[in-house]
Amino acid sequence: MNAGRALVGLLVFPGLLYALPAAWLMLWIERKARARMQGRIGPPFYQPFFDFVKLMAKRTVPLAPFDAILAAGLPILAGSSLLVALGLLPVLSGPGGFAGDVILLVALLEVPGLAAVLAGFASRSIFGQLGGAREAVLSVVSSVPFLGAVVALAISARSLRLVEVASGPAAAVRWPAVIALVLCLPLKLRINPFSLVNAEQEIYAGPLTEYAGPKLALWELVHGMEWVAWTGLAACFGLPLRSGRPARDIALMIAGSFLLVVLLAVAAAGTARLKVRQAGLFYWSWGLGLTLLALVLAVIPRGGGGG
Amino acid sequence: MSVIDKLVARSRRRSPWLFRLNAGGCNGCDIEFSACLSPRYDVEQTGALLVGSARHADILCVTGPVTRGSLAALETIFAQMGDPKAVVAVGNCPATCDVFAGSPVIAGPLDGLVPVDVFVPGCPPRPGDIIEGIARAVAALPAKGARGGKRDAKRKRGAGKKT
Repeated sequence: MNAGRALVGLLVFPGLLYALPAAWLMLWIERKARARMQGRIGPPFYQPFFDFVKLMAKRTVPLAPFDAILAAGLPILAGSSLLVALGLLPVLSGPGGFAGDVILLVALLEVPGLAAVLAGFASRSIFGQLGGAREAVLSVVSSVPFLGAVVALAISARSLRLVEVASGPAAAVRWPAVIALVLCLPLKLRINPFSLVNAEQEIYAGPLTEYAGPKLALWELVHGMEWVAWTGLAACFGLPLRSGRPARDIALMIAGSFLLVVLLAVAAAGTARLKVRQAGLFYWSWGLGLTLLALVLAVIPRGGGGG
Repeated sequence: MSVIDKLVARSRRRSPWLFRLNAGGCNGCDIEFSACLSPRYDVEQTGALLVGSARHADILCVTGPVTRGSLAALETIFAQMGDPKAVVAVGNCPATCDVFAGSPVIAGPLDGLVPVDVFVPGCPPRPGDIIEGIARAVAALPAKGARGGKRDAKRKRGAGKKT
């Protein structure tokens, strides 16, 4: 893997320089779309940035040393994982990535969910623990279709390199797998109808109920980066990128990501929160069904073609 | 004032997060408060957001005359909010206890229990008045932050004596 290119991916695009403003913009689009769907004007576009600055400057009750390290360390761990995951996204063509980077990407994308579970239980709040428990259950529920979709793409592409997994699969495998992946996004991003984890006015703010000030600001930023990473991943797998024209590929990836944000935000605004059992049933039927279809379609030609 | 101080002060003005507490009221003020979030008034366009956890909030909006049963919750919630913070007394009840004044189950009025920044009179107050009260509390936030925690600490000590 080219070190210079990896560094550019991590720090410039689709890494830090793109991810930070995009995270705030996507958080704004989510709030704005919800407001417009409810017939309201909604917040101005700079709102998430001002929210972040205000929280960073807020004074909070001092915690015990270990609690303080844990409370600050978990969002930093989640944010760092997302940043590396973003750096791995196969937007451009060329010899990027390395064998097995698809496994690393999947693992890194699961870290924020795990950090949220730990944050909920570490806060020792009943609402934090409830939110953490819900996150743990729903993470398992959504991870099976998500992992199955990625495995189907990898089998079809006959590779564990991210660039080849994103480019190689047959269209018959790609579409069910990408749709299954997109179906997982509302749960991964904790938005309606699968906003059980941070169900406001029900379990207050779920795992983040006890977090305040700078630590909450970091979690807000992590949530924005989750939007960037998950929509970016779906755009990379679903759109014809890696054409050899960097400007076109970057523009297409950004446009695809933001279009997905708008669609997800509108879907979230138009739906009500489901129960854990209902969410589970949805993913074990529709999500898993599409994933199994993709897996079968990926395996059959390999068996028939002898290899 | 440095650029960062200016940015922080501006952020505090543009991003007031609200927490609502019914301290034994009749729910009339709460219904009017909810109307502030509705399409007709849409307080979110000023950057305000109703949050579920008191730890996330900048402005505490209290309705009701503060019953003895709700006093502990009020004190806990006020202590959980990080500085700088402000308190808005929504309606007549937190200001004067209104028709409940003199009742043995009432611990209010509110300004004898926690420091109140803005009073919004009315029974119930109109949503426009509540939004104006929030805006006045928001305007006080940057100054509170700039002065440090001494003023708030002094207020808290004063509030402790009264309770």
